[in-house]
Amino acid sequence: MDAREKEIEKLKDYKYGFSTDIENTRAPKGLNEEVIKFISNIKKEPKWMLDWRLKAFERLKQLKEPNWQKPKYPKIDYQDLYYYSAPKSMDDKPKSLDELDPKLLETYKKLGIPLQEQARLNGIAVDAVFDSVSVATTFKGELNKKGIIFCSMSEAIQEHPELVKKYLGSVIPLSDHYFATLNSAVFTDGSFVYIPEGVRCPMELSTYFRINATETGQFERTLIIANKGSYVSYLEGCTAPMRDENQLHAANVELIALDDAEIKYSTVQNWYPGDKDGKGGIYNFVTKRGLCKGKNSKISWTQVETGSAITWKYPSCILKGDNSVGEFYSIAITNNHQKADTGTKMIHLGKNTKSKIISKGISAGFADNTYRGLVDIARNADNARNFTQCDSLLMGNKCGAHTVPYIKNKNSSSNIEHEATTSKISDEQLFYCNQRGLNQEEAVSLIVNGFCKEVLQQLPMEFAVEAQKLVGISLEGSVG
Amino acid sequence: MIDQLKTDFDKTITNLKLSNKGIEIRRKSLNQFSENGFPNKRIEDWKFSDLNQIISSNIKGLNFYSNLTSDKVDESIFINKFKHNKIVFINGVISSIDLSHEDETKVSLSKNLDLDEDRKEVNPLISLNNAFTSSYIRVIVHENYSFNNPLIIYNISNNNLKSTALNLRTDIVLEKNTNLKLITLFDDNSENNFINIIQNFDIAQDAILKSYKIDHKKNSNIKYFYNNINLGKNSISENFIFSTGSKFIKNEVNCNLNDQFSSAFINGIINLTDTQHHEIKTNINHLAENTKSYQLIKSVLNDNSKGIYQGKIFVDAKAQKTNGYQLSKALLLNENTEFNGKPELEIYADDVKCSHGSTSGNLDEDSVFYLMSRGLSRQQSKELLINGFLMDAVEKITDFEIKDLIKDLMGIAE
Repeated sequence: MDAREKEIEKLKDYKYGFSTDIENTRAPKGLNEEVIKFISNIKKEPKWMLDWRLKAFERLKQLKEPNWQKPKYPKIDYQDLYYYSAPKSMDDKPKSLDELDPKLLETYKKLGIPLQEQARLNGIAVDAVFDSVSVATTFKGELNKKGIIFCSMSEAIQEHPELVKKYLGSVIPLSDHYFATLNSAVFTDGSFVYIPEGVRCPMELSTYFRINATETGQFERTLIIANKGSYVSYLEGCTAPMRDENQLHAANVELIALDDAEIKYSTVQNWYPGDKDGKGGIYNFVTKRGLCKGKNSKISWTQVETGSAITWKYPSCILKGDNSVGEFYSIAITNNHQKADTGTKMIHLGKNTKSKIISKGISAGFADNTYRGLVDIARNADNARNFTQCDSLLMGNKCGAHTVPYIKNKNSSSNIEHEATTSKISDEQLFYCNQRGLNQEEAVSLIVNGFCKEVLQQLPMEFAVEAQKLVGISLEGSVG
Repeated sequence: MIDQLKTDFDKTITNLKLSNKGIEIRRKSLNQFSENGFPNKRIEDWKFSDLNQIISSNIKGLNFYSNLTSDKVDESIFINKFKHNKIVFINGVISSIDLSHEDETKVSLSKNLDLDEDRKEVNPLISLNNAFTSSYIRVIVHENYSFNNPLIIYNISNNNLKSTALNLRTDIVLEKNTNLKLITLFDDNSENNFINIIQNFDIAQDAILKSYKIDHKKNSNIKYFYNNINLGKNSISENFIFSTGSKFIKNEVNCNLNDQFSSAFINGIINLTDTQHHEIKTNINHLAENTKSYQLIKSVLNDNSKGIYQGKIFVDAKAQKTNGYQLSKALLLNENTEFNGKPELEIYADDVKCSHGSTSGNLDEDSVFYLMSRGLSRQQSKELLINGFLMDAVEKITDFEIKDLIKDLMGIAE
């Protein structure tokens, strides 16, 4: 087999594994003040932003990397990474899509994300992030008419400094924990969304993250603000080329929902998971946190985690406003040598707050899948209500499924329920499907999709179909 | 504290007249403990109960050495509901042993304080106990013998005991096809002491152990009670924890299901008032095929009390066909109470049935209304519901005499 054939063979397993040959502008290697100044300078940031980054960097020096998680990984050399990498053609910002490097357009086309106008029939506004920069945001004009701001983070810092200043770091503070602080110091781009009072966003907003360059870490920052009475549904997708090295992805996502606002945040995470022997893959260490700041606000997280060598994230809700609602729906699928340690935190502070957690973990091959969650009812959170259900499915006896829920209740009028089960696909179920003409793999895919249905239903329709296919593909070859 | 530890350690070993080797082993354990001292909330297992802080705020000038000799037993505290064998500890000293109901040739006892080297140091408190163990008893039940009557270990303390740390240890060995009912009963009349007890059980093939731990008398002592249970083929261990008395108690049960068809049951109730703070932590390790475990913990919290349940089921890759179940329910009756739970599953085998559940909340107002509409007062309705709630766990006790005893202690008349 020559090299090309091998490459094709590999791509069968992970069709997004190609890389785009494109010239890059990079920051010098390593993590120091100079690099942070370089990033800030290249993005022409105002001084307050640079000061903020440097403050985070000061703090980072005092922090230690956490090590309580279940999946262990070799020590990351933070000095051996590039913290900024952008396609050269982005140096002078292209004014419209027509000026955009055709190679970039080609890349996104291959990923199934059409950026060109004529292809925008599916009605989803996309912000495309390539390595460290946002290359294009579609449907801007239409959204602007409604007063919705949907742009890249760098643009927001230039054009809406008052909003960024007010909300950036208000949910995930500068000094939160190691990876969040690292992100605060070196974050490069990401999406910014602001929905004005009383507006219901007419279309799905979406960001597509792509890591292309080698030896880089991707550190994006997303900030979504839903003003009083507004609604937004936001999707996030991600892929990366197949490489033997492990790449770090440490993003921060902050959501803020004011009175009566609702934010729905969906993720289909399909970073490169590494090969069959566990070589390569992305370390997905992401901090996602939403604040239900106002009364009757609602934040709902839906995630389908199929990629990454290690997934380590806990999309959380802080239910501060009275009557606010937090939801978390998750499917985490690990195969081969993938490891996942994911879950959520629901922190009930306001009265009559409600939260619901549905987590489905599927583990196959040599993988380890951990649900770790916290439900914390504060002293004043009268009539708080939580329901948690975490189910795990095991395929084979080389993998593991773990559940580590923390439950803290300080209020006697609250009500918390938690249940978890672990099982395998029963022979009867398989037999039933086989008997009706499905082969083993189709049968497993069907049963797993049924197992995940509660979560898949929460995804916007376009994504749900995609995710369903992904669930099947991720488990291919795990039965036998 | 370190200086105090060292001088008290020297006093203890001189007093106990140990062999040189024995002293060496204990010194190692002492070093292990003094490295980190009492566990604090930064240690995951003690996240919800910061023992270091609890001890320093409740006990002034803790001594690790006690030279009390055994006092006379006040016989009125003995249980008179049924005949039983007795081992009596007073202030941590063995005062009497009475196995008169049993065949002497079938049971052997040992009190040798020169403990063997293979003791595991799984946490700092066990190291502390290993270093300072001042009373030790080992009971071996020989093959094919069933105890005629239960064995009760009385742990009595009186007001001569003050600000002292007691470290006691009991080993129970059940050889093949034996049967023992054991009650460990605390009767505290002392204040502000730290009592650290280790019980080890080795249960061989076909043997049955029923172990009941009763801490019912209100007292201001701080306790740590560690159980390590090893189960052989086709053996059964039934545990019940009655946790209502002490200011603070952490009952920890580590249970290894080492061979096929073994089963472990851990049930318990926590019923607290004032500022009591109780914790039950279980660790069930399914290490062989076809093993079974069942846990049911019910907690009722009043006033400013705090209850904690940390349970873990571990299933090894070998342990196919495991059946594990874990349920914790808590009632928070006052706005200042707090309940924390961490029901954990760690599973490496695929053909298993494992589930857990955890709930916490207040009494169901509809149920209270139902009872009141039938003529009960609000207070009566509440009591009825609370008792019913706790009885769920008590009813799991398979020995009738002992179940009645526990109902008596709860003040529930039949």
